[in-house]
Amino acid sequence: MRRADTAEEAAFRAEVRSWLEANAPAWAGQAGPAVLDHSVEAERAQWKRAQEWQRTKYDGGWAAITWPREHGGRGGTPVQALIFAEEQARFGIPGSFIDAFLGMIGPALIRFGTDEQKARYLPPMLRGDELWCQLFSEPEAGSDLAAVRTRGRVEGDELVIDGQKVWTTSAQYADKGFIVCRTNPDVPKHAGITFALIDMHQPGIEVRPLVTVRGDRHFNEVFLSNVRTELSNVVNGIDRGWPVTTFVLMNEGAFIGTNDQGRTSAEDLVAEAAASGRLEDAVVRQRLGVACVRDRVLGLLRDRLKDALLDGRAPDVDGSVLKILSAEWGHDKAATAVWLQGASGLLAGGDAPQGGLWQDQLLSRGSTSVGGGTLEVHRNGLGERALGLPREPRFDRDVPFKALKISS
Amino acid sequence: MPRELADFNLDEERVAFRDTLRRFVEEALPMTAVRGVIDSGVAFERDVWTRACDELGLAGIAIDEADGGQGFGAKELAIALGELGRGLAPLPLLASAGLAARVVAAVLGRGKAGEWLGPVAAGEIATLAWLEAGGDWDPAATALEVEGQGAGVRLRGEKHFVLDAPQAERIFVVARAPGSHCDEGLGLFAVEREAAGLSIHAQEGLDPTRSLARVVFDGAPARPVGEAGAAGPGIRRGLEEASALLAAEMVGGFQQVLETAVAYAAERHQFSRPIGSFQAIKHKCADMLIGFEGARTASDAAIVAIDEDDPDRAELAMVAKAHVGPAYVRAAIENMQIHGGVGYTWEYDAHLYYRRAVSSGALLGDATFHQDALVRRIAARRASTTTGATPAQGGRR
Ligand SMILES: Cc1cc2nc3c(=O)[nH]c(=O)nc-3n(C[C@H](O)[C@H](O)[C@H](O)COP(=O)(O)OP(=O)(O)OC[C@H]3O[C@@H](n4cnc5c(N)ncnc54)[C@H](O)[C@@H]3O)c2cc1C
Repeated sequence: MRRADTAEEAAFRAEVRSWLEANAPAWAGQAGPAVLDHSVEAERAQWKRAQEWQRTKYDGGWAAITWPREHGGRGGTPVQALIFAEEQARFGIPGSFIDAFLGMIGPALIRFGTDEQKARYLPPMLRGDELWCQLFSEPEAGSDLAAVRTRGRVEGDELVIDGQKVWTTSAQYADKGFIVCRTNPDVPKHAGITFALIDMHQPGIEVRPLVTVRGDRHFNEVFLSNVRTELSNVVNGIDRGWPVTTFVLMNEGAFIGTNDQGRTSAEDLVAEAAASGRLEDAVVRQRLGVACVRDRVLGLLRDRLKDALLDGRAPDVDGSVLKILSAEWGHDKAATAVWLQGASGLLAGGDAPQGGLWQDQLLSRGSTSVGGGTLEVHRNGLGERALGLPREPRFDRDVPFKALKISS
Repeated sequence: MPRELADFNLDEERVAFRDTLRRFVEEALPMTAVRGVIDSGVAFERDVWTRACDELGLAGIAIDEADGGQGFGAKELAIALGELGRGLAPLPLLASAGLAARVVAAVLGRGKAGEWLGPVAAGEIATLAWLEAGGDWDPAATALEVEGQGAGVRLRGEKHFVLDAPQAERIFVVARAPGSHCDEGLGLFAVEREAAGLSIHAQEGLDPTRSLARVVFDGAPARPVGEAGAAGPGIRRGLEEASALLAAEMVGGFQQVLETAVAYAAERHQFSRPIGSFQAIKHKCADMLIGFEGARTASDAAIVAIDEDDPDRAELAMVAKAHVGPAYVRAAIENMQIHGGVGYTWEYDAHLYYRRAVSSGALLGDATFHQDALVRRIAARRASTTTGATPAQGGRR
């Protein structure tokens, strides 16, 4: 049960609130509709806004609450981070992709990085001065990330990278990237991978935006030829990138699990249906009832994750449960909303009710059902990790990478 | 299951209480005993119930001390029900403590119901007769009218689907003042087992571990419980609490189903590998876990809301009852499927859990019923918020 604040927490919350009152950006509380504008200009404006807000937080000492002070953090607790996130949401300030990469690569550098790497990369990351992207997936390495083929070779004191990445979120806006590449094909797949930090502004990098189902340019193809980075930018050593990679993926999972910026609520649909008289229809009540129950259950599950955090316990519900339900139920709710619009459900964008909000959500299922690991892969994880079921027989563990069969 | 599902929201004392109950059920009512009860056609073994009451104080666990009980909360009763649900234990705990006692306490007010609840706490079995032949879950649909007034009223008519009636010492009956409608005029009346004009006819249940009966009143004398005609709100509140408690009972059975399925998937081999390594089976198990996490989270929230008298408790009870039932049913089906041919035998227990899941999913209102009620409530709440009235809302939203 989401308990009441302790005196100390209440004091912290008050401090956060008064700071937000003084510093919240002018656009706070009106972030909604802008998200539906998928033009490049709108995306640029979003980034600019997010960067400015990150800077404001940094100046106020709120950029990374749980990070140690020596790395520019506040040295605070996860509970304080939760309180800040709650208050920020209350002010109508949605999270941005900055939060996502901060939560993924930041802790990985703190854990695996050299002092030099921390000093070089963490402060501008926290200030929002440098934007990051995750260069993991490739055309032939998605769920099977350890099959990456992008080559890395050591030349003098540099790592030289050639290959292709794909589905790279925000690569077109990124200044830096963290990449996994194959530095040794003669050993089994997990043992020949190197994790490195690269500068995205160099001649060998070509970024081609890909248009998603929703019509935005969320992710990109990234072509790398003769891309160079100093060996001092290798994290955890040559061929020893896999532990860093799994650590990043774990952080990504945690971020997805607790992120509860639901833009839409089934209760709003009920209120609208009541106002329009549609609620007289038992079929309407039925479909809305399903959506309302699910919204509440998902909210209670998220509370449970937060409660564990508040009590300092390990979470007792697996993040994949929330990820799967968010993706599936979020989509079903949108389908109900669009159905409820009747013939207007044929429309989209500005011609549709509410600027096409629900149509947009209907079409964005893949962002959670594929991004951050597919639902199938997460179900495997639940079966194996949470329930202890046996893995599938594998043929690729102890064989040199170069001997493996990879499609195309 | 290689790893015990983490105890969720239970402190040490409650874990110990849960373990005591689990041992009791395993020892006093193993599946062989449950099968015995099913084969003999009696509703349950009275002496096991007596032991549960004498040794564990089960019947009165959540009844106020002032009413003769032990004064623990709905949480403890939910734990007990969960353990009985896990073992499909045919005992009248839901009927007596989870249904009748909750309704009586809600009608009279806690601490003012000792006359009726004292005996229940001591192990006398009570049940609630509110449903009628039409099977409408809403108490407003009550048609049975009382005859006469004051202390000397009589009942003439029928109630259906009454839990554990053949063994009950006392039946609390929902009936209405002549000519009244909807919630108005609803009253609660106690009929003694020996009353003249009372006959009880067992009904065959889809779930053979839960006793159902048709109860016929032929001018049976009854005593009003509380003010006759004004019991509507109490009855509703009691039924709402019973829904949350039944959800908790289902979660106990759900956990058993999940654990059984996963254990079998890990141990049964085909094609020289455990069937649980096939994704079709692994994903079924993962989906059971997903369903289970939602179910126990929703049920726990509803139970905690009762104990905290959270203004959100009615909605949380609806959410729990609406969500747990279908998830449990799904898991019970998949458990049978994962067991292959064995899962289709009478002898194997999987179908008993399926029967229990389907029947408990419907009892006290199925998912459709509670979803509908929830939507109406939300609409009313939202309408009152927009007109400026204070919403009766808890923080958990
Ligand atoms: C919105 C979005 C943003 C993304 N952002 C990034 C990013 O910033 N950086 C980055 O590196 N990547 C990113 N990705 C890529 C993402 O991680 C991959 O798309 C994902 O891991 C799946 O890989 P794939 O697309 O190659 O599909 P595949 O792995 O080829 O999967 C195809 C199908 O096969 C199924 N499948 C595959 N393996 C198994 C298995 N073992 N068991 C059962 N089914 C299986 C999958 O579930 C899927 O249905 C993003 C993706 C999306 C949609």
